[in-house]
Amino acid sequence: MKISGNVFKYGDNVDTDVIIPARYLNTVSEKELASHCMEDIDANFVKEVKPGDIIVAGENFGCGSSREHAPLAIKASGVSLVIAESFARIFYRNSINIGLSILECPAAAKAVKAGDKLICDLDSGVICDVSTGEKFQSEPFPPFISEIIADGGLIPHLSKKGEL
Amino acid sequence: MGMTMSEKILAAHAGLESVKSGRLISAKVDLALANDITGPVAIKEFGKSGTKTVADASKIALVMDHFAPNKDIKSAQQCKTCRDFAAEQGIENFFDVGAMGIEHALLPERGLVGAGDLVIGADSHTCTYGALGAFSTGVGSTDLAAAMISGECWFKVPAAIKIVLHGKPTRYVTGKDVILHIIGLIGVDGALYKSMEFVGDGVKNLGIDDRFTICNMAIEAGAKNGIFPVDETALQYMKGRFVREPRIYAADDDAEYEKVIDIDLSSLKPTVSFPHLPENVRTCNEWGDIKIDQVIIGSCTNGRISDMRAAAEILKGRKVAENVRCIIIPATNRVYLQMIREGIAETFIEAGAVVSTPTCGPCLGGHMGILAENERAVSTTNRNFVGRMGHSSSEIYLASPYIAAASAIAGKLASPEDILK
Repeated sequence: MKISGNVFKYGDNVDTDVIIPARYLNTVSEKELASHCMEDIDANFVKEVKPGDIIVAGENFGCGSSREHAPLAIKASGVSLVIAESFARIFYRNSINIGLSILECPAAAKAVKAGDKLICDLDSGVICDVSTGEKFQSEPFPPFISEIIADGGLIPHLSKKGEL
Repeated sequence: MGMTMSEKILAAHAGLESVKSGRLISAKVDLALANDITGPVAIKEFGKSGTKTVADASKIALVMDHFAPNKDIKSAQQCKTCRDFAAEQGIENFFDVGAMGIEHALLPERGLVGAGDLVIGADSHTCTYGALGAFSTGVGSTDLAAAMISGECWFKVPAAIKIVLHGKPTRYVTGKDVILHIIGLIGVDGALYKSMEFVGDGVKNLGIDDRFTICNMAIEAGAKNGIFPVDETALQYMKGRFVREPRIYAADDDAEYEKVIDIDLSSLKPTVSFPHLPENVRTCNEWGDIKIDQVIIGSCTNGRISDMRAAAEILKGRKVAENVRCIIIPATNRVYLQMIREGIAETFIEAGAVVSTPTCGPCLGGHMGILAENERAVSTTNRNFVGRMGHSSSEIYLASPYIAAASAIAGKLASPEDILK
């Protein structure tokens, strides 16, 4: 699967409290969660994000709470992929479980700039920065993880396979 | 090659002779926990699956603690979703207002978690129960839904860091100071994906509540779990309350660790984590003049009876500074009752503090003590991220109950010794 979008760039240790502040966790509505995504560190994100856009960040992205609302808010905001130098453990697992594409790629995370246009091939792991012409190789997910993401998350995936 | 304590617990629950770090396993869980924020998402996923009944209702706990007593209509709806699900599925371990407490204080207190258990919880601080020798870790709501359906969860067996504790902490140094020191040393991703196994002759000098605090904040270094050996202190705590027999595992002498860190407890000083990351630690000689607006004493990190006693020791016969709001939140109703019996609640109220019903409340910026623009709080909670307790310009200083109580009196960041001078 190929993904193409413009980059929103953030630093290290972007925590789940800034991805979706807890004051908005009194709902499970993905649309409502998305309307507050990133607002404490980037008030413009919600206004500017377009379907397909890509978040690129530093180390330990998604650290802090286990709230699945964080990847849900990112996905529902239209973001198609998160690239980071590294991910916090629970966020990583939650992203796969809810069907949000993520890639770990320190080289791309360091080089790519805000506003750059990227084309990413999730099957091969190749990240191409169209704005600069640079290419980066990340480790793609094995097929069974890619299938979970493509099916929209773990529960829909297991349902589809008739394992529930 | 031998196994770590965490590896042994995971192997036993996966029905395997042995496991090694990096291996993917599926294991049976002894308890799966969710709260009023993560529960509704898990219940929604459970609904999507088409499954009608949970695998084993006795292995599920639902605790209404984050926005309870409900702060608004939406949070009331979320608790109702959990309440209705518990009734429909016959989940007896459903804890509502009156019976509830903050989940990670409540479940050990009720004996629902203990030595040798494998526990998952849709809350990142589920790692708390390692204090009793359990392997416990936080997961998301979908993983929790899957565990409700199947009774199992998949894990990647974590590599481990061995933290050897030596000696005895000095008078006002607590488990909170120990874990903040460690996070300062290794950073907020210093134990990413790993187990933190605490051992050494210093373990016996830490009470069970100190150990709960230390394991609770293992996640703040990115760890998958934190775990202590099961000794007399742990067994004494579980005696008469743990619903299962303790299963005691100890690491093999030749267990493999990625790193070994030695900590001399006697050398630690009262430690505070400055905004906006738990790794930004400074000891009492480096604080400077930090004026504050609010103090929070409570949470799953520091809301237990020994935390309340520590705060009372400092606040007894003293007054909270003018212009400081001091909010004290016992983690469970039993802690609250014990405070009343010991006269601690009276001490707090006479000092000018307010005592709240158990709730996670302000720790995550929910309710019961939200910060306004540019306000500062000294808090015994676990995270000081941007906007965590309120306005995005507000600041949180993480500290022990001793430091929080001393700061409430001083009106600025202060150690007990500053007050007792």
